[in-house]
Amino acid sequence: MSSSSQAPESWISAFCSLVGHEYFAEVSEDFIEDDFNLTGLQSQVPMYKEALEMILDVEPEDASDEEEEEEDEDEDEDEMLDPEGKSYRQADAAERRHLRMASDLSVIESSAEMLYGLIHQRFITSRQGIQQMAEKYELGHFGHCPRVHCYGARVLPVGCSDIPGQETVKLFCPSCLDVYTPPNSRFQTVDGAFFGTTFGCLFFMTFPELDVGGDKPAPPPPAPLVDPLATGPSSTTAAGTKTARSSLSSSLTSPQPATAPHNTSASATANANPVPLPPQPDNINGVSPHNLAPGLGHGNIYEPRIYGFRVSEVAKTGPRMKWLRSKPGDANELDESAIWAAAQAAKAGAADADAEMPDQGAGEVEDEEMEGVGEVVAKGGKGRRRENGGGGDGGLNGNGNGVGVGTAVRAGSGGG
Amino acid sequence: MREPNGHTAPSIESLEAFTRTWTMEDFASDTDSDYTSYWRDWFIAARGNEYFCEIDEDYLTDRFNLTGLNTEVQYYQYALDLVTDVFDMEVDDDMREQIEKSARHLYGLVHARYVVTTRGLAKMMEKFKQGVFGKCPRVICESQHLLPMGQHDIPNVSNVKLYCARCEDIYNPKSSRHNSIDGAYFGTSFHNILFQVYPALAPVKTQRRYEPRIYGFRVHASAALMRWQEERREEMKERLKARGLETGFEDEDEGEEELESEELEEGNGQDGIDDMFEGRMQAVQ
Ligand SMILES: [Zn+2]
Ligand SMILES: [Zn+2]
Repeated sequence: MSSSSQAPESWISAFCSLVGHEYFAEVSEDFIEDDFNLTGLQSQVPMYKEALEMILDVEPEDASDEEEEEEDEDEDEDEMLDPEGKSYRQADAAERRHLRMASDLSVIESSAEMLYGLIHQRFITSRQGIQQMAEKYELGHFGHCPRVHCYGARVLPVGCSDIPGQETVKLFCPSCLDVYTPPNSRFQTVDGAFFGTTFGCLFFMTFPELDVGGDKPAPPPPAPLVDPLATGPSSTTAAGTKTARSSLSSSLTSPQPATAPHNTSASATANANPVPLPPQPDNINGVSPHNLAPGLGHGNIYEPRIYGFRVSEVAKTGPRMKWLRSKPGDANELDESAIWAAAQAAKAGAADADAEMPDQGAGEVEDEEMEGVGEVVAKGGKGRRRENGGGGDGGLNGNGNGVGVGTAVRAGSGGG
Repeated sequence: MREPNGHTAPSIESLEAFTRTWTMEDFASDTDSDYTSYWRDWFIAARGNEYFCEIDEDYLTDRFNLTGLNTEVQYYQYALDLVTDVFDMEVDDDMREQIEKSARHLYGLVHARYVVTTRGLAKMMEKFKQGVFGKCPRVICESQHLLPMGQHDIPNVSNVKLYCARCEDIYNPKSSRHNSIDGAYFGTSFHNILFQVYPALAPVKTQRRYEPRIYGFRVHASAALMRWQEERREEMKERLKARGLETGFEDEDEGEEELESEELEEGNGQDGIDDMFEGRMQAVQ
């Protein structure tokens, strides 16, 4: 049957080469054949067995083969007899059977696509699959972040839901930690669940050495900018004439607000810069600082201006979203446990500690708890979870089953 | 009226001009003046020029509006003549092309000035409403319409970008045909002025955001950064409130709800697996 010269294309590679399916990895047959990896999918996909056979290009069983052939014969007969109306009953039955077969086939086809997608969601979080996605990533198969200040950082396909039928595939940018709609509408028919919510983060924890920033041009000479977040009222001037506009320097800044920003800690001063940064950690919360959202922070935040004057935050339509794109100049500010410890020490040192910072104490304890309980920390190499995770390549995890991720993933115990 | 001495005998040129005018009037009904805008019609309709609006004839012919451009544009006078459809010199193809190029550049530079006039803003506002400039690619912005903008007012520095008023960020146009347009043809001020002039068009801001997760759990590195960012946001809200100003965020008390739901999430560790967007609380089980 099969000629040795040209192997027919498998269902999987045919599926992956369809227009709009460019983001998909080719799931290996070993992965699919390991029942463990399919746990729980049976109940999610109609005609599961047939769908699985279709994906694996398994020849239909002999029995059904014969049946089919018989049917074909039937059909031919029917066609000849039908015009005379002789065997109307028989033709009708055959036709019904035929229709059912056709509709079954389309059900199986769409079931196979669904099943493949769900397996794919698991596959790309396995060692083998994530490796394949890394190759695609390096080749730029997933495109680039549309955000100007991400300088073309490469993005990764992700889902915003693990349940199929809810959202289409999105693109996660590691440089700004945000998600975007794919630029081409052909991806707007691809289910996001086929990539899942876990893959994006897991990918960058697995490959911490990947430089996630884009091609940022050499930084311009530092302008004496005041940290935008610390700035209160700056001049919003819609005046300014046409002739004056080009001559207005973009370095115009306004005086600091009279109400000095309280509680901003070092964030304001760190960016305001001639002050050199304190020594930066090699690793902050499991990520190298230069690789933590490199598209955010000072110099990467759009600053609205009118004729060169910054639009004030207190203007009616003034900027309100800078926080979304900001990042401390000093990465130590994100070391919550160190900050908490320092606060505790200060508290212990002060005689009237309680009166001084009761709120902060409580808040930070919560944070500390969060760190241990609810969050995944990639501590250096521990991010390579698949290596020590169970079951070889078969290390799939359903929802909430991700024990062994990095360090602490423990549910419960939160209440307090 | 007519003089008998032959002056009125139509020349070839004027016949051509006549025919041209006549043809144009046939389909160009709402021109700004009696004269038809042949070149500008072509320019506006050209593929890739969707972001431009049509500059009024009156505006283009008022020399005051063109102050300083004569040194910016090569063959300035010819280019201006071409844009205003009064160019009738015989030139060779190379020259023609040069002048064409200058005309497009001139149009762009005048455009940057025109779009901050009342008429220009109104025209661009209409295009904005129709979504001519595209939609924000950021998922949380829910297809907010964009506006074209430049990062510089000086030409030849950077290409046009698109501004989203919901996330207040700027994006690259999707299509390469828009990626070659000079950002200075829109300028750094226009999009901000538009929302000052039409504040009702400014979208409400949202505090919702994407939260990177692994098996439903937030990732510490990004979560810590997000907490830091949210502190900055709360500080800003405090500053605004201290001045008695609205924060501009949708559903302002959502902030508190969010915190509560987060705590719940910590508790049962199950929530949020399918709910990547903080603040949207559909519990899918
Ligand atoms: Zn980005
Ligand atoms: Zn947006």
